[in-house]
Amino acid sequence: MASDGVEQALGAQSILNGAEPPSGELVPVPRAAPSRVDDSEIRAGDVDGWGRSERMRALARFLYEPMYRRWFRVEWEGLEHVPTEGGALLVGNHGGAIPSDAPVVMHGIETELGRPVYGMADNLFRCLPVLGTLWSRTGGVPAHPDNAYRLLHDEQQLTLVFPEGTKATGKLARDRYQLRRFGRGGFVEIAMRAGVPIVPLAIVGNEEAMPIVFKSGRLAKLLNIPYFPVTANQFVFGPVLGLMVPFPAKFRIRVLPPVYFDAAPNQERYNRSVVMDHSERIRAQMQAAIFDLLRGRHSVWRG
Amino acid sequence: MRILVTGLGTFWGSKLAQRLETDPSVELVVGVDTREPVVPLEHTEFVRADASFSILERMVRATQVDTILHTHLVVDSTQESGRALHEVNVIGTMNLLAAAGATGSTVRKVIVKSATLGYGSNYTDPYYFRETMSRTRPAKTQVERSLLEVGGVIGDFAEDNPHVSVTMLQFANVLGEHIEAPIARMLRLPVVPEILGFDPRLQFVHEDDVIGALAHATLRDVSGVFNVAGEGTMPWSEVCTIVGKRRVAMPPVLTALAAEPLRLARLVDISPEVLSLLRYGRGVDTSAYRQAGYRCQYTTAGAVDAFARGLRLQTTVGQPAYHYERDVEDFFRHSRAIVRDGV
Repeated sequence: MASDGVEQALGAQSILNGAEPPSGELVPVPRAAPSRVDDSEIRAGDVDGWGRSERMRALARFLYEPMYRRWFRVEWEGLEHVPTEGGALLVGNHGGAIPSDAPVVMHGIETELGRPVYGMADNLFRCLPVLGTLWSRTGGVPAHPDNAYRLLHDEQQLTLVFPEGTKATGKLARDRYQLRRFGRGGFVEIAMRAGVPIVPLAIVGNEEAMPIVFKSGRLAKLLNIPYFPVTANQFVFGPVLGLMVPFPAKFRIRVLPPVYFDAAPNQERYNRSVVMDHSERIRAQMQAAIFDLLRGRHSVWRG
Repeated sequence: MRILVTGLGTFWGSKLAQRLETDPSVELVVGVDTREPVVPLEHTEFVRADASFSILERMVRATQVDTILHTHLVVDSTQESGRALHEVNVIGTMNLLAAAGATGSTVRKVIVKSATLGYGSNYTDPYYFRETMSRTRPAKTQVERSLLEVGGVIGDFAEDNPHVSVTMLQFANVLGEHIEAPIARMLRLPVVPEILGFDPRLQFVHEDDVIGALAHATLRDVSGVFNVAGEGTMPWSEVCTIVGKRRVAMPPVLTALAAEPLRLARLVDISPEVLSLLRYGRGVDTSAYRQAGYRCQYTTAGAVDAFARGLRLQTTVGQPAYHYERDVEDFFRHSRAIVRDGV
């Protein structure tokens, strides 16, 4: 295809944007907001290009606040490691059949630091009527590498991913806090390409909020979903509510120091072994931090 | 500049010829179609012909055109049957490019008007497709498959003919006062369909920007594949609100089945492509064509607003129609030909 024009155009763009220092301290590059024509007189709603609505988000924050403060009683350590400006990829450990860790981290950073967090989630969310729309309006983004790159590089936002994916949320209670494989290290590659640091989070409490006691592979296959869980919550709250109401496990989240990469941004490919090496190292750090938090935890409910 | 326009009988072909014939650098515009032009044209020569290779090849040779503007791709599957669509899109494009690439051809530039429909609409999609990306799931409908095939044909042509500058512009869904396009047609209904529980992000391009972008590709030095769309995206619910239409929900499961009675009753024909668009939406990255020098006049919101204004006017005064009058048109063309031959 005669895509020279395109490649030239993209090449020119990457040179313009590739001003980040390749290593060392993160120096936030001042970035002019893309010149947008003011459509506010026309618009009848406030949904932005990512499908978020600030009004919906304010409502969700208001509704979730008691859950965050009273139910999960979330406590943070090392919140100062989250950059106050510039893009960063937050990487957490996932757990619980319907995981509570994503809303807790998003709500926590948004209320404690006042920075919006874009939560990346399995694109299966998009298939759900009503729920998928609500999820998108309140800040969820389908986990596509280009979406992540755009958010981190072009818009310099905080983006949250769980590299284990559904392998972690679908694991049985007896495997709790055992980190699964971190995908193929794609999250490291995206951070390198976008020229942003990775901020690892060690989360404790998510696994006990909705433990899976049994799962059926056959039903999951039949329904075309990643896993079909029977949760401990269902024995307490009933079959339907048991998939919606988490147990009030005490959440403790430790933010680990940011990891910067010694790699030039905007490359098409990165050295596989370097990527896997970083991915493994981050995973090991997180696993160690989780074990450390568990060593200090006296009670699942009181922390 | 001598230009051959295919699909002169379509809205786009006619409008584009109208725009190009006023440009001082354009020496000649020849249009081919089986249908008559839909707007009055001053100098454009109209040939009523189908897109068979022998005719196109003779025309390219005889008129010595240096630029071909292919505006004839059908992207609205409710307008043509599957077979006719394949015939027009794939075979028509193949014939045209074969004519353009024939030995001794003077063609140095080919511009194709295509659609972002080729990216499809799926839950696995990125929020903004770049030109370097391809669709995430295989194409299921005939129109999408034909667009992909056309993309391949054009790619091969560009590779085989490095001396020809090839541009393919992929337009988002078009809105405008004058154009009949799938989404515009739905928005003209008294009530507008939506899928229960889904409120997808859509992106639009205004009809003037389609003409502007194609004219830019024709008259300026541009080549490659580009997405063209208004800046920003807008949820379907908001589009309906701005246009002032009430929405009717279709069930989220078996949606195609629910749409079938509507089609049979000739109320509204919603194609499978539009149904998946109403579920997952689509957005494209438009920075490449901006870098190539064209900035859309209308944002997505601006296009929706302009459409809503046009619709309000039309509900009051109706749509003025143009009818091709052969004798009148022939006279102008004929007289001009004599003057040009004398120069």
